[in-house]
Amino acid sequence: MMNYFPDEVLEHVFDSIASHKDRNSVSLVCKSWYRIERYSRRRVFIGNCYSISPERLIARFPGLKSLTLKGKPHFADFNLVPYDWGGFVYPWIKALAESGIGLEELRLKRMVVSDESLELLSKSFANFKSLVLVSCEGFSADGLAAVAANCRFLRELDLQENEVDDHRGHWLSCFPESCTSLVSLNFACLKGEVNLGALERLVSRSPNLKSLRLNRLVPLDTLQKLLMRAPQLVDLGIGSYVHDPSSEASNKLKHAIQRCKSIVSLSGFLEVAPRCMSAIYPICGNLTTLNLSYAPGLHGNKLTKLIQHCRKLQRLWILDRIGDKGLGVVASTCKELQELRVFPSDPFGAGNDAVTEEGLVLVSAGCPKLNSLLYFCQQMTNAALITVARNCPNFIRFRLCILDPVKPDPVTNQPLDEGFGAIVQSCKRLKRLSLSGLLTDQVFLYIGMYAEQLEMLSIAFAADSDKGMLYVLNGCKKLRKLEIRDCPFGNSALLEDVGKYETMRSLWMSSCEVTLGGCKTVAEKMPSLNVEIINESDQTEFNLDEGQKVDKMYLYRTLVGHRKDAPESVWIL
Amino acid sequence: MESSSAYGNDLNLKATELRLGLPGTTDEETAAPGVRNNKRPLQAEDAGEKCGANGKSEPQNETAPPSKAQIVGWPPVQSYRKNNLQAKKTESEPGLYVKVSMDGAPYLRKIDLRVYKGYPELLQALENMFKFTVGEYSEREGYKGSEYAPTYEDKDGDWMLVGDVPWQMFITSCKRLRIMKGSEARGLGCGV
Repeated sequence: MMNYFPDEVLEHVFDSIASHKDRNSVSLVCKSWYRIERYSRRRVFIGNCYSISPERLIARFPGLKSLTLKGKPHFADFNLVPYDWGGFVYPWIKALAESGIGLEELRLKRMVVSDESLELLSKSFANFKSLVLVSCEGFSADGLAAVAANCRFLRELDLQENEVDDHRGHWLSCFPESCTSLVSLNFACLKGEVNLGALERLVSRSPNLKSLRLNRLVPLDTLQKLLMRAPQLVDLGIGSYVHDPSSEASNKLKHAIQRCKSIVSLSGFLEVAPRCMSAIYPICGNLTTLNLSYAPGLHGNKLTKLIQHCRKLQRLWILDRIGDKGLGVVASTCKELQELRVFPSDPFGAGNDAVTEEGLVLVSAGCPKLNSLLYFCQQMTNAALITVARNCPNFIRFRLCILDPVKPDPVTNQPLDEGFGAIVQSCKRLKRLSLSGLLTDQVFLYIGMYAEQLEMLSIAFAADSDKGMLYVLNGCKKLRKLEIRDCPFGNSALLEDVGKYETMRSLWMSSCEVTLGGCKTVAEKMPSLNVEIINESDQTEFNLDEGQKVDKMYLYRTLVGHRKDAPESVWIL
Repeated sequence: MESSSAYGNDLNLKATELRLGLPGTTDEETAAPGVRNNKRPLQAEDAGEKCGANGKSEPQNETAPPSKAQIVGWPPVQSYRKNNLQAKKTESEPGLYVKVSMDGAPYLRKIDLRVYKGYPELLQALENMFKFTVGEYSEREGYKGSEYAPTYEDKDGDWMLVGDVPWQMFITSCKRLRIMKGSEARGLGCGV
C-alpha cells in the first residue's frame, strides 16, 4: 500500500509530524518510510551526547537543520559531578562543519562550550540562525563576539543560566550594522557591562525583536530607551530596577512600559527596589509568565500587590519569601496557573522564610489547571499531599523538595509514603517525580504500581532496602531517567534486570550500596551500556577491590561504545 | 566525622544530648519507626561555611540538626542559582535615606545609600550633585588633591572619613553625610 504514494506525498505528510517520538516511530514502519523520513528530518534531539556520535548523526540525517544536545547528568547541577567530566560540544561542531550540513539552530544544555567552538560555529554555517545555551560553561565574551560578528542572519542568541567569563564587554558591539534579523536576545546571565549605545542601536535596527532579557548592569535610563524603541516586545527580562518612584526617570519609564502592550512574559529584576513596582502594574494584566525567582528584594505586600494584578498568569517562578499567605494570594488571583516553581531564598537551607504544606494546599485548591510543580518547603504532611492529589489530578511534573531531606510528616511523625502514593495514584499523566522527606520502601511500591507514565524519577535519602528500587524498575515501564543518591540500594537491586537499562536513557546512583563488582557485572552483561565510575577522592588509582562501595555510578545506553574524552576521575568499566 | 553531623545514624543520642534550645521547645526530630540505621552518614561540606557566612553570634536553628546545611548538593538548587542569589540581601531592606550637607551650600540634599553599589558610585553621585571633585583616596592620607573631604556621622556620633570601612558596614552605620571644605577637611585627612 505504501508504494502507491510518491515520496513527495509522504514527505509532506511527515512534515506535519513535529514530535521527535512520532518521527522516530514513523521511521520504524518500513524501509521506505525510514529512507524518506531520514532525508526529510530537519530537527534532531539527542538527550545524551554520548549515546551517539556526530558522524552517525550526519550519516543518517543529511538534511539536518536543528540539533539539540544535552551533556552532563542532571546531578551536575548540584555539584555532584566533576567539572571536567565531559560533555564537550567541539567535536560535534567540527564534524558538522566538515560535513557540509546547513546547520541553522543549535540548542545545548549542560555542555562544555569553548570559545573555539563558538568561533568555529560562527564561521561554518552561513545560514546559522539560533543559538540557545542552557546551564553551559567554558566560554567567554570572546566566543559571543564571534557569534555576533559572523552570523549574518542571527535570529536568536539565548543564554540561560550559564557561567560565563565575560570581563570584556565588547561582544555586543560586534553585531554589524547589517544585522537586523534579531528576534530574541537574552544575556541576563552575563556579569559584565555591555556597550549601552551599541545595545540601543542594535535594538533600534531589530524590528522583529520579540524577546529581550538584560543583565543587571543595564541601567534604568537605557531600559527606558530600549522599551521606547521596542514596543513590540513579547518577553522582557529587566536587569536593574532601582529608581526613585517620584523622579522624572521613573515617569519616563512608566510611560515606556505602558506602550509595550504585547509583553506577556516578564523576568529578571536582578536588582530591585520594591517601591518601584507600581510602574509595572499596567502590563501585569497581560502576563502569562512571571519569573521573580532572582529577586529576593521583592516580598511581603509589594509582592502580593504585584501578583494581584496578574490574573492571566500561567507560569509563576517565585522565591519562598512569598510565604504561605502570599501563595494564598496566588491561589485567589491566578486561576489560569499551570506551572508553579517556588525556590528557596536561602539555598543553604536554613529555611527561616520558607513555605509549608499550607501554601501548596491553597494553590491546589485555587488553581485547578496546575500541572507542573517545583516546590521547596520547610515541611509537608500526608494530609496535604492527599488533598493536593485530589484537587489537581493533572500533574505532569511533581517535584517536591523538603529542605530537611528526611523530615517526616510533622503532625503524625509518619513517613510521607501515603502522601506521595496519593499523588501517583491520582495523577495518571505524571511523567516526572522528585521525592523528599522521610520515605520507606512503601512509597516505591505505590510508584511501581501506579506511575504508569513516569519517565523521570529523582530519589534522595529514601527507602529501607533493595525492594524500593526493584518496585520502580519492575513497575515503571516508561522510565527513562532514574537518579538516586544516598539510598540503601545495592547490587541485588542493580543486577536484578540489567536489560531494563537499555530501555532507559540513564541511571545515576551515588552514595548507595552498590559495589565495584556489581557495576562490573552490569558492564560485562550489557555491552550496549557505558558504566562510568566517578571517583573524586585524592586516590591516584582506583581501589580495585570488588567489594568496595562505589561512590558515584552513571550508566547510560549508547550505540558508540566507550567515550574517549573521560578525565582521570572517571573510569569506564 | 563528628557525631553531631551524623544525623541519620543514632537518634538515641538525642535523649541525652545537651542542646542550646530554649526551654519548652520540643524536639521535632523524634525517630519514626521506619528510620534506618544503615544509611551512610551525611558528608559534611566545609564546616566553616555555615558559621562564617552569616556572622551571627547566637545559635541559628535551635531545634534543627546542624548538619542540615552541610550535605553536599542539598537542597538541590542549581549552582548558578546559588551563586546569583547570595549577595542580594541589601535590597530586601527599604531605602536608606541620609541627609547630605556641603559646607557653603544653601540647602541640604538627601540620598538613598542603597542605590549605590560602593564608594566609587557614591562619590560620583556626590560630585555630580554638588559640583565638586573629591580627589584620590588613600588609607594613609585620606582624599588628596582636593579641598573637599567627604565625611559622615556614625552611630556613635563621631565624624568619620568616608571610605575607611567596608561598604556594607558604612551604609549601616552612616547617619548623615557632610562634605567638608578647607582646613577642616585637611585636618581630617591627615595622620588621624
